[in-house]
Amino acid sequence: MGKTLFELINLLALVAIVLLPLVRKGKALFIIIIFLQLFLGSLLALGVIVGDSIEFFYRGTAVTSVVPIRIDGLSAWFILVIGLTFFTGIWYGMHYLKRYTGERANLTLHYLSFVLVYTALIDICAVQNSFVFLVVWEIMALGTFVMVILDNHKSKTLKAGINYLIQSHIGILLLTLAFIWVKLETGSYDFNAITGFTSSLSASAGLFLFTILFMGFAIKAGFVPFHTWLPHAHPAAPAHVSGIMSGGIIKLGIYGILRMLMLVRIDMVMVGQLLLVVSVITGVYGVMLAIIQHDLKSLLAYHSIENIGIIGIGIAIGCLGIGHENPLLMATGFAGALLHTLNHSLFKSLLFYSAGNIYLARHTMNIDSLGGLLKEMPRNGYLFLIGSLAICGLPPFNGFVSEFLIYKGIISGIITSNSMSVLVILFALLGLVIIGGLALICFTKAFGIMFLGKPRGRPEPVTEDEGKSYPLILTALLILLIGLFPLLLGPTLVKVTALFGTARGVAEPYGLREAVNSSMIIGWYSLGFILLTVVIFLLRRELVAHRIVATEETWGCGYQGDNSRMSYTASSFVRTYRKLFSPLLNIHSSREGASGLYPVSMGKETYPGDKVERWLIDKPLNLSKKLLERFSFLQNGNIQAYILYGLVFITMVILLPTIYALAASFIKILNQL
Amino acid sequence: MVSLLLVFFVSLFFMGVVTRIRSLTSGRKGPSVMQPMWDIVRLWRKGSVYSTTTSFIFQLAPITYIASLLVAVLMVPHGSRAGLISFEGDFIMFAYLLAFGKFMMIIAALDTGSSFEGMGASREALFSMLAEPAFFILMGSFALFTGNSSFQGIFNGLYYGSHFSYMLGGLATFVLIIIAMVENSRMPVDDPKTHLELTMIHEVMILDNSGFDLGLIMYATHLKFAMYGSIIASFFIGSLPLWLSIPLTLVIQMFFAIVVGIMESFTARFRMGHNPQFIFILTSVAILIFFGVLMLLGRFM
Repeated sequence: MGKTLFELINLLALVAIVLLPLVRKGKALFIIIIFLQLFLGSLLALGVIVGDSIEFFYRGTAVTSVVPIRIDGLSAWFILVIGLTFFTGIWYGMHYLKRYTGERANLTLHYLSFVLVYTALIDICAVQNSFVFLVVWEIMALGTFVMVILDNHKSKTLKAGINYLIQSHIGILLLTLAFIWVKLETGSYDFNAITGFTSSLSASAGLFLFTILFMGFAIKAGFVPFHTWLPHAHPAAPAHVSGIMSGGIIKLGIYGILRMLMLVRIDMVMVGQLLLVVSVITGVYGVMLAIIQHDLKSLLAYHSIENIGIIGIGIAIGCLGIGHENPLLMATGFAGALLHTLNHSLFKSLLFYSAGNIYLARHTMNIDSLGGLLKEMPRNGYLFLIGSLAICGLPPFNGFVSEFLIYKGIISGIITSNSMSVLVILFALLGLVIIGGLALICFTKAFGIMFLGKPRGRPEPVTEDEGKSYPLILTALLILLIGLFPLLLGPTLVKVTALFGTARGVAEPYGLREAVNSSMIIGWYSLGFILLTVVIFLLRRELVAHRIVATEETWGCGYQGDNSRMSYTASSFVRTYRKLFSPLLNIHSSREGASGLYPVSMGKETYPGDKVERWLIDKPLNLSKKLLERFSFLQNGNIQAYILYGLVFITMVILLPTIYALAASFIKILNQL
Repeated sequence: MVSLLLVFFVSLFFMGVVTRIRSLTSGRKGPSVMQPMWDIVRLWRKGSVYSTTTSFIFQLAPITYIASLLVAVLMVPHGSRAGLISFEGDFIMFAYLLAFGKFMMIIAALDTGSSFEGMGASREALFSMLAEPAFFILMGSFALFTGNSSFQGIFNGLYYGSHFSYMLGGLATFVLIIIAMVENSRMPVDDPKTHLELTMIHEVMILDNSGFDLGLIMYATHLKFAMYGSIIASFFIGSLPLWLSIPLTLVIQMFFAIVVGIMESFTARFRMGHNPQFIFILTSVAILIFFGVLMLLGRFM
């Protein structure tokens, strides 16, 4: 059954490759194929979640050797999470793409990349042969590149896309190195060989192997300092692709890390502590930079980095749980991380689609030039509000549930573990709280400035298109559903989390079920909170029903003129914060000062930069560019010179062995003397 | 249940006591202890004026603010007697509920489109973010100390054995008092009685609220003080019998109100730029408590 489904999904992708470019009604065919794939993929994953894991083998070729296909709870969880984001993303994309109706070739390529990436995603979660894994990983990376560069006539978009392509290939390079190492030592491409290999390695070598693998996956996931492609790619991509990328594709990095953690046999306490430090830095750095962004989409991109940090903290807590053999820590850590993966894909895609609607209406993503949008697009506004509250981890929404699980892991880690780990976990507690507080600043800024207050400038009025908001409403409902009834997901989370124990030969760890389920009762209290709010609201309505209600201008200390240009902007909202954290941030500002007796104009512009990107990417690149420029005379465009290079090369190839042999025999003679 | 009733009871005259103390220290007789509460009741009976710029968010915010606070109050224990809501890790939900209320109040301030209120909102967001870590590390330290992660478990397991643990209790009280001052935007951080909008935080955020909504927001301040007072009291009453713990709570709340009154009378507001440093002190004191607990438990290496 599982095998048939798996093969059908891949077969559909082949059909799409052949047919999509040929048929006239590409859109209809695309929708049929992708939704069929989504349906089959979810069926496959649900079967695994409800029943047993699937395992079968393909004989493979001489190069790849046997290709094992294993779909367990972890794969199924990620197939479902990513599938959900794809579903809403494509639904929303159908509306977003209406602007591109004329560009048929471009659209067909875009459709095709969706089919390929989704198929690659399923394969990545299923294939456990490192050679084939790298091939499908590459298909996914290339497909995503095509998805991002839909607006390929803009040079900025192309630049961001190429930046992504290069960085994701550095990730592939690192993965290749690690897999080749395993293959050379064990002679097998099977993932299970990693288990045996790492247990035979010394502790430090094992950790080194894991570090390479981690870095490879971290580039995809966006851990600091490997995050620099993210804030470029997200704003460049169309809204539905940003949503899918942030909600689904970067989660593959998390899948990779979790899969490797399940396989490696190394000192998990050490891994946990390292991962915790990296994740806290990722989370705090991500949100710190998010606050100062002027562009809504790069703000959301930095928030993806922040949320990857939170997921990482959960994973690290889980690793410490394995290391200290503490089931409660393990359960809350991994369950929190897995649930946050789902939650993040929901609220982040909601926010990106909502940002897309704003872009369609106003053709700008600059927060400072938007204002008072709630009155023009109320539906979109309230959906954005739900997403904002959820991403800040506030009850009664889903973000709170997963953050609560992670908090609970942290607190029980503080109670139970010994000295060194306690200090690291304290650091995580501090980090998570600061992340929460900063996220609050960030989203009060984003929502408050864009949707509330008065419109800035004189924008044309917009009418809200209902169709565009249906996928958003679905996502918002799921956010609320998970926030209020997290128990629905309890058994699934327990099943997936238990895999980390069973992979190490432990049957379901003691207390796992209770730990996850008891954390889930917060949903009832959230429900109570909502009910109380409704009761107070109704009470207030009854009480003030017959009172005098007047409307007036906002109090402006007596100033009654047009003050829409005087209202607070996003830059001024975060000014105190920016001043406080300025040593850690990298803000370029240019100032046009007032001069002369009667100054006509003055102004100041600030551009947020990224310190890590500057020191890790830009500076080394500039240095190497300087070095390489010295050899630019070689590339002079002169065909005779190129022929000469070829000649020199051939001569060298032929001569080198001869010279080598001569030198060797000469040394031999010298030795004999 | 006891704690809930006590919090409501204390909230009726807490601010009255503070005002009275302030009057007495400046040589005036001062209004009745119930006066601030009467003011709120008067507001509750008035009509409202809304700004034309505002949307539904502006009317929703005070309601969610008070609702989140009420649910948080339900979690406050009375020493070792649990509040109406009590579960492992309840203090996390407690803090996040308060944050929810804050989120709504901040966007409500931005909803008016006034730059004064935007300024207040910006400061409120930053300062409350800075105060948050202290509360979590404080509760984390006591979770470590008692091996429990709910309010009730923590206060139940609290015992004062050595001189050292008294010091921890004292520091914790200090941290909680200052957190209460920051959360309620009171003296060293914010001056609610200042005459200039530019120098306010909380008061400037609610410039455009009136009538019933303003009453709710004002009452929320009273409730918040009483709530923090109740948590401070819980540090000391432990599992004493009710006939002793209830008067003791009232005495501690009274003491808390007097401390707030005296602080308000004899300290000046900081310059805005100095507030972050001051609030950071809280986090460092909380970390000090954490290390103290580690030492006390002998878990330091």
